[in-house]
Amino acid sequence: MAEPVLEIRDLKKTFGALKATDGVSLDLRPGEVHALIGPNGAGKSTLIHQISGSFRPDSGTIRFLGQDIAGLDMAARARLGLGRSFQISSLAQEFSALRNVMLAVQARQGTSFRFFRPVMNDKSLTEPAMAMLERVGLAGRAHLPAAELSHGERRQLEIAIALALGSKAFLFDEPMAGMGPEGSKALTKFLDGLRHEAPILLVEHDMDAVFALADRISVLVYGRVIATGTVDQIRNDPEVRRAYLGEAA
Amino acid sequence: MTNAPLMTRETVINTLLALLLLAIPLGASAMGEPFYITLATRIAILALAAVGLNIALGLGGLVSFGHAAFFGLGGYAAGILATHAFDGVPLFAGIPGTASMPIIWLVAVVVCGLIALPIGAISLRTTGVYFIMITLAFAQMIYYFAVSWPAYGGEDGLSIYVRNEFPGVNTAQPLSYFLICYVVLMAALGLFWLLRGSRFGAALQAARQNATRLAAVGIAPFNVRLVAFAVSAMVTGLAGALFADLNKFVSPSMLSWHMSGELIVLIILGGKGRLFGPVAGAMLYVLIEYALGGITERWQFFLGLILLGVVLFARGGLLGLLAGKARHG
Ligand SMILES: Nc1ncnc2c1ncn2[C@@H]1O[C@H](COP(=O)(O)OP(=O)(O)OP(=O)(O)O)[C@@H](O)[C@H]1O
Ligand SMILES: [Mg+2]
Repeated sequence: MAEPVLEIRDLKKTFGALKATDGVSLDLRPGEVHALIGPNGAGKSTLIHQISGSFRPDSGTIRFLGQDIAGLDMAARARLGLGRSFQISSLAQEFSALRNVMLAVQARQGTSFRFFRPVMNDKSLTEPAMAMLERVGLAGRAHLPAAELSHGERRQLEIAIALALGSKAFLFDEPMAGMGPEGSKALTKFLDGLRHEAPILLVEHDMDAVFALADRISVLVYGRVIATGTVDQIRNDPEVRRAYLGEAA
Repeated sequence: MTNAPLMTRETVINTLLALLLLAIPLGASAMGEPFYITLATRIAILALAAVGLNIALGLGGLVSFGHAAFFGLGGYAAGILATHAFDGVPLFAGIPGTASMPIIWLVAVVVCGLIALPIGAISLRTTGVYFIMITLAFAQMIYYFAVSWPAYGGEDGLSIYVRNEFPGVNTAQPLSYFLICYVVLMAALGLFWLLRGSRFGAALQAARQNATRLAAVGIAPFNVRLVAFAVSAMVTGLAGALFADLNKFVSPSMLSWHMSGELIVLIILGGKGRLFGPVAGAMLYVLIEYALGGITERWQFFLGLILLGVVLFARGGLLGLLAGKARHG
């Protein structure tokens, strides 16, 4: 089997007395969509934050592309190829959608300390940025400030940014939230193709999307992974049904 | 991109402000009123200092309450170099002083950049009120150092007996000196404009809007802010050198927290982050100071009221009021 792109071992993080991450081990393999599901407050976002570098774990290791990334800050991890989207979208609100993606393009080129050439008529920035917006279906909204986009569109924009970074793994935290059924369907189809560019760790409550996309699913409850397996294994796991899926699945 | 009109409303207003600032001293000179030339020179220099702060504060959202440190350091660079040149005593290690403005400016800018780097590197580990306080603390340290260092006048300050020289220009003539300051101001505005539209400017403005987003694309906000802080200090330092030559005098008051506050006030009055915000702000400030200062000693009270009005009802300052909301392309 191929080396995992992302390898998490025995990760722990507490907030006061709360064990938000309680000994989590998890892999993300090349080409896969690994879904992370679990009830509200299970610690899914907290885990994503530790991988991307916004939170520091108390203990455990995270290896990305074979390298221990404990000593790297968020920006360094992004440069290494960890692209993420946020549960509560996090954008430069005054900038247009296009400029938000252009920022990622210049970051990827490593050219943020150029002081004179105007970005707005620099085709090496605008063209790749526009291409990414087209891919996620936001080209028509390119010149609107991020603040004026709908919730769903902001999610799409965050994905366009992660694409523009040339990410080697995607961490998406509830990308379907705030999208209508049509939007979810379109995004599901899009992510299905995206896995061939880089594997996706997908936190999502939309079970239709999860069951359609996931190669493997891990179920997180109170900071612990109670099960990892294929869609069928997880759907039929009695403990998972009790803790999260209920009878609906 | 989109078919933007050739001249936006803001461009028109900026042009008018630039012409107005030029017209005042030209008119005053024609009418033989040198006082107004000095007033306009003061506006140009304060505007220049605020253009510097506007890089940190307006673009980067870094509320430095210590920029007087750089304004004053620039002033002392001019004063100290001029004094040594005048006395014919070398500075140290046989290096002579100088009365040449271009050299003085270079020294002022380099010194401010070098001092801003460690101050910024420490201050930028904090944010919000702590950043305001720590920049203030650094400026106060430099202020007390100047007060207690007798070699260059201490509390009494330092006089520049003859205004420093600029090749081919009679700097002693008020209008000529105004024109020097005006050209430097316009050049700094050009720099600000380029910076704002550049890749660095994009990163800096993103750091203000959402530092987490900037880090998530792989650009460390700290590095961007530090460079902005240093460039900002350099421009404000250059203004300090010009201010010293305008008054032919430097004193610790240029380093005091009043001065830092004044620069912030200029930017808020004019419109933070706006290209001509500092110019509009400096014009308004000096006008208020001059008009109300003649009537009442408590003009700063009225300035406070106006500032309150701006903060409550016109967040974009004078330029926001005249030219509408800023646009980011
Ligand atoms: N910065 C923080 N400080 C203190 N507690 C926190 C912090 N962030 C998260 N928590 C707590 O940690 C637990 C896990 O939160 P987390 O946001 O990771 O859950 P989640 O699985 O993403 O939930 P949801 O599905 O609602 O997004 C929750 O009890 C939450 O209140
Ligand atoms: Mg969450």
